[in-house]
Amino acid sequence: MNTMKNDIILSGVGGQGILSIAATIGLAAVANGLFLKQSEVHGMSQRGGDVQSHLRLSGNPVSSDLIPYGKADLIISVEPMESLRYLPWLAKDGWMVTNSNPFINIPDYPPIDEIIKEIRKVKNHIIIDADTIAKETGSSRSGNIVILGAASPFIDMSFESLENAIRKLFGHKGEEIVEANLKALKAGRDYSVE
Amino acid sequence: MKRLLLLGDEAIAQAALDAGLSGMYAYPGTPSTEIMEYIQSSKDAAARNIHREWSSNEKTAMETALGMSYAGKRAMVAMKHVGLNVAADGFINSAMTGVNGGLIVVSADDPSMHSSQNEQDSRFYGKFAFVPCFEPSNQQEAYEMIFDAFETSEKYRLPVLFRITTRLAHSRASVQLKKVLPEKKLTLPSDPLQFVLLPSIAKEKYKALLSSYESLRYDNIISKYNSFKDGRNRDLGIIACGLAYNYLLENIGNSVDEFPVLKIAAYPFPNNLIKDITSRCKEVLILEEGAPIVEEALRGILDNGIRIYGRLDGTVPRDGELNPAIVAKALGLPVSYGEEVPLLVKMRPPSFCKGCGHIDMFNSLIEAVRPYGPGHVFSDIGCYTLAALPPFNAINSCVDMGASVTMAVGAADAGLFPSVAVIGDSTFTHSGMTGLLDAVVKNASVTIIISDNSTTGMTGGQQSQATGRIDQICEGLGVAREHLKVIVPLRKNHEENVRIIQEELEYKGVSVIIASRECIQTATKRRRSEASHE
Repeated sequence: MNTMKNDIILSGVGGQGILSIAATIGLAAVANGLFLKQSEVHGMSQRGGDVQSHLRLSGNPVSSDLIPYGKADLIISVEPMESLRYLPWLAKDGWMVTNSNPFINIPDYPPIDEIIKEIRKVKNHIIIDADTIAKETGSSRSGNIVILGAASPFIDMSFESLENAIRKLFGHKGEEIVEANLKALKAGRDYSVE
Repeated sequence: MKRLLLLGDEAIAQAALDAGLSGMYAYPGTPSTEIMEYIQSSKDAAARNIHREWSSNEKTAMETALGMSYAGKRAMVAMKHVGLNVAADGFINSAMTGVNGGLIVVSADDPSMHSSQNEQDSRFYGKFAFVPCFEPSNQQEAYEMIFDAFETSEKYRLPVLFRITTRLAHSRASVQLKKVLPEKKLTLPSDPLQFVLLPSIAKEKYKALLSSYESLRYDNIISKYNSFKDGRNRDLGIIACGLAYNYLLENIGNSVDEFPVLKIAAYPFPNNLIKDITSRCKEVLILEEGAPIVEEALRGILDNGIRIYGRLDGTVPRDGELNPAIVAKALGLPVSYGEEVPLLVKMRPPSFCKGCGHIDMFNSLIEAVRPYGPGHVFSDIGCYTLAALPPFNAINSCVDMGASVTMAVGAADAGLFPSVAVIGDSTFTHSGMTGLLDAVVKNASVTIIISDNSTTGMTGGQQSQATGRIDQICEGLGVAREHLKVIVPLRKNHEENVRIIQEELEYKGVSVIIASRECIQTATKRRRSEASHE
């Protein structure tokens, strides 16, 4: 029996591409024969509001579409303040992997150094400048995939299966886009395992 | 057979395709939109030439689907919960006429109002109309239920209500597909008066409808989805409806044999199983996603049976959607919260996209109405409703589709001057046109701004029936040419737009100002797809 179980919260701001991260992990999970539920946010909040996706992977059937409080193994956030919004879900020994670049579309956005200070209080955390790394890999729009790469060591699936999922997900957009995203994924991974 | 990773909405759409669907009808509305979108992007649907165009509103969608059913083919109509209010006339009476080809009415409820004006529970409509109602608990069940819903519809010659909620609609899971069924052939109803609800005919039909509802309660297919499983602990029995069953399993997964559990996923609910569980157990907990419908039925007014826990006694909150923690607490189980959200984390409400045309329209409108003081602007359902929030604080109402126009007319009748309506293009063709006709006929003193972004924006940019037609529609409804203005909401046109709005505000009659600029999201998508095709 496969006892694998990963409960992952993806967070960010509407339009930042968390659904691409979810789709990549989802495809990999299916290829690995895992059960999965992935809850998304559509509609009004997508207009610049905070968005989250609950992603549950398991060797056994998954019941609830939502992750219970205190049970998330991993928070993957493409925005630093948004990563903190989901702390009530993070398990005591869970990991937080977040972008360091703020998305400021509200007038009272707190100072970024104070946000970073709060993130550092989380026992297991990785803060990554995904925007810069994405630019360095030549694909400034792949910041979300860089963050997925950085989170990949904490997902109980092989890195190759994530790479294959990227090929499948972006395949219809052409080889160039696929390669850029594979590079972004690897760059994020390298940042975390260094 | 194939497995696909599908949203609940998509599982429903795929099931309908596989169950021999011939026509899909809908108006966009969160969380139901993806049902039609999936069918529109399906290669199978294209190859079979399944009807899959958006309708002007839920009522036209409902009636068109009924027309396809009249002709003997399987049809499905999908909407958000409040859309069923719009479609209600056709829906309720379709139970009276009955159907010919199978007809499924999907209503996607939004408890907790993630993207809605209320959290009404569509299951009420099932009982109201005396039709079967299915409420799947997961994506696979949703897929399989659609086949059974079509079969039930044809067996009882009734439309079937298919109730889902946000968390199922927008959650993805792997779904095992079934064998594809052929579409039905065009066949007219055997009784030529089946669809004629003259009072003399309707009276007879109503008697038949009432008696069929009772036989539905113990129908084979309905019963398949309502199951009782006994447990060791007779102190507490649990009744879980639809999605609530998942949260129950999440909490008692390891001790599933402990409690007697009645799962309800199809209505009318099974009186015999409810008697079973309530006679065996000392107390019963009722978990429902939405309103306490089963709970109210069990308590009645006297509430003198066994002890019942649920939404009505506060064991579960009276409003809002369920989640694993709420159900854990109701079961008396501990909830292990992680760390608290740091105080510095700020709310991030939805807002207009950068460069959105609505912003420029509102900037001009705000300046034009300022001299008259606050309280003059009625608005409607769409992205532009965000103008209720700071820094705009520009609108004073958002009630239902089309209400901006009619409320402005009523307020003008009461003497409010100026009286302004702001409505989107798709909302205007959904339900604004008839209100405009009222205004024209009585020559109400109203200024109606149609903020035209040529799409149904809030739901993700679906085709708008209004595109390219608004000007002609308004003229056709009788708006005077000299008070039918078109402006382009851009910052560089601000002064001129303020002047035009001011002039029309002063006019004592019906003015329509069409503020027309493509939705920034649609424009970006279009440019990207054009670039990739070059």
